[in-house]
Amino acid sequence: MASQEMEQLVQREYKQGFVTDIESDTIPPGLDESVIRFISAKKGEPEWMLEWRLDAYQQWLKMKAPSWAHLDYPEIDYQAISYFSAPKKPEDRPQSLDEVDPKLLETYEKLGIPLHERAALAGVAVDAVFDSVSVTTTFKKELSEAGVIFCSISEAIQDYPELIKQYLGTVVPKADNYFTALNAAVFTDGSFVFVPEGVTCPMELSTYFRINAANTGQFERTLIICEKQAQVSYLEGCTAPQRDDNQLHAAVVELVALEDAYIKYSTVQNWYPGDEDGKGGIYNFVTKRADCRGDRSKVSWTQVETGSAITWKYPSCILRGKHSVGEFYSVAVTNGRQQADTGTKMIHIGEGTKSTIVSKGISAGNSEQSYRGLVKIGPRAKGARNFTQCDSLLIGDRCGAHTFPYQEIGNATATVEHEATTSKIGEDQLFYCRQRGISEEDAVNMIVNGFCKDVFQELPMEFAVEAEALLNVTLEGAVG
Amino acid sequence: MLVVKDLHVSVEGKEILKGLDLTINKGEVHAIMGPNGAGKSTLSSVIAGKDGYEVTSGTITYEGEDVLEMEVEERARAGMLLGFQYPVEIPGVKNVYLLKAALNAKREAEGLGEIPAPEFMKLIREKLAFMQMDASFLQRAVNEGFSGGEKKRNEILQMLVLEPKLAMLDEIDSGLDIDALKVVAKGVNSLRNEDRAVLMVTHYQRLLEHIVPDQIHVLMDGRIVKSGDKSLALELEAQGYDWLQEETA
Repeated sequence: MASQEMEQLVQREYKQGFVTDIESDTIPPGLDESVIRFISAKKGEPEWMLEWRLDAYQQWLKMKAPSWAHLDYPEIDYQAISYFSAPKKPEDRPQSLDEVDPKLLETYEKLGIPLHERAALAGVAVDAVFDSVSVTTTFKKELSEAGVIFCSISEAIQDYPELIKQYLGTVVPKADNYFTALNAAVFTDGSFVFVPEGVTCPMELSTYFRINAANTGQFERTLIICEKQAQVSYLEGCTAPQRDDNQLHAAVVELVALEDAYIKYSTVQNWYPGDEDGKGGIYNFVTKRADCRGDRSKVSWTQVETGSAITWKYPSCILRGKHSVGEFYSVAVTNGRQQADTGTKMIHIGEGTKSTIVSKGISAGNSEQSYRGLVKIGPRAKGARNFTQCDSLLIGDRCGAHTFPYQEIGNATATVEHEATTSKIGEDQLFYCRQRGISEEDAVNMIVNGFCKDVFQELPMEFAVEAEALLNVTLEGAVG
Repeated sequence: MLVVKDLHVSVEGKEILKGLDLTINKGEVHAIMGPNGAGKSTLSSVIAGKDGYEVTSGTITYEGEDVLEMEVEERARAGMLLGFQYPVEIPGVKNVYLLKAALNAKREAEGLGEIPAPEFMKLIREKLAFMQMDASFLQRAVNEGFSGGEKKRNEILQMLVLEPKLAMLDEIDSGLDIDALKVVAKGVNSLRNEDRAVLMVTHYQRLLEHIVPDQIHVLMDGRIVKSGDKSLALELEAQGYDWLQEETA
């Protein structure tokens, strides 16, 4: 839609009497243009941002939700969702930890989450006094001295409009797919990172430090830009299981790497998977993509996915720059009634580009898991190389593991290797460990962690330790 | 220490052990010999608690306890350890990690705390040296890419660390050259004392030259048909098993 038309449309509707009380904290369920205007107004956004959102919304209206994934869930009623809600009022929330699902508390205990954080994670009405306030101040100072920008995307729209205009939506176009269009229309927050030329970010950046508003998880939008020779390591999520009142999550993450830049993006996703019957779990539809624009740039995705009822997620790399490198290391664990369809896309455009995919899927209980990966070698990608290793481990006999590898090779000089295995957790391995006195549960953990080693070693140290603990908790009771 | 009485065991409906009796006292080394398919490995597997073996009647008691009522890991922690004929590979799990987890599981059962890291490393180094194994071995994944000889040495290394009261060795000599056999035998012999016992299953008299048993039992068609001292092995070596078949028929 041309912007002129858009403007007319915007004005016409405004004339028709669009009035929303922007003092109110919540809007009723439903999605139409007034909702988008409300969100944009609430954020105090400039006009161009509102137009960007409205355009996305118009495109979304014409789209259909994808149905190709190996997932089974009831149709989502988008009119039944509230697209902007302030955190629940204290009186509506659990008043103490005594009112919280004891299973959740047990998990916190096992993960060693500090007491004062448990309440906040479980949504208890307490003044969440994070120690991070002072931490935040110190580390903000250090970052700004280095010239690194790290703030919420809402702040960035206000403070760095030129950067936002230049990069937002250039890696994941608004209407890339159904969920990205929805996200572009209604996103409420997310992170923004900019590392200027030649700078190596002095610390690992973590969303943990950005806890300034609750309920930003539903439609998050993250944009990370590394200029020439810049480097950053970004950590997303935390190992503690997070409750959220919003069932639908549709996040977008865009990474831009210019010449010789390196972005390492690590995720631990542990959204609420639902109760034993899978009720109440989060639906997680995420689009993550990196654009290796510059020559010799490198992007590395590492993810540990253990939560959510439904996961639909394919962190990808567009290897445009010559000799650029894309990596994807993934551990996905499903148990109970969880379903995950996840994988990656490596699009080789530039000469001498290289990609590595290591995917480890573990299915237990009644869960279903699919690996879906595309390796595409364009006609100009002379000497491109890909190595894919994709292993599935089954625990018990009621779960499923599926592999859907796609390859499109458009250049004869490319080398593409694919290795895949599916194995059942060996009775012999279990017996061997137990015959050495190790309990069955510890033996399963040991074997599974061994299976995931190749991926865990890609995680930043602290995350790796947490990820192992998380895996153990997730698979509890999976055998026997 | 171990008393097996009138043990009947079936695998997939087929009876393998048909009324086996065996008593092992502290300080003794017993060897079980016999032709292929006689049920030699079945015996040690049943004592260790492996799945797929159905005990239809009979009893196994260990230090007065009913073994058949114990979980696999409880049996191990109580001191019954099985050295496998074909130790399984566990990719990604370091040897040192398995050893430590196993030792700590045993210590926990005995009411001891976790072993302090320096103490553990000292212990491991000592045992490695004894088994003529390189320290790099600890960082390798359990049995992954090990040669036959390395796997068997590893089984004995675990025994030296875990110090079982009843060590069961299932064809520990198979696939070993003479030098490796000597090292393995040295390891097993170092375990022997008045409080411990060894039960080994083997095809060959060769092993018994290096680990001299107090008693030899011949297992045929699911029963022990003859017991004797070490001289019995020589008789078997010379005459095979057929004469026993006739004798018991």
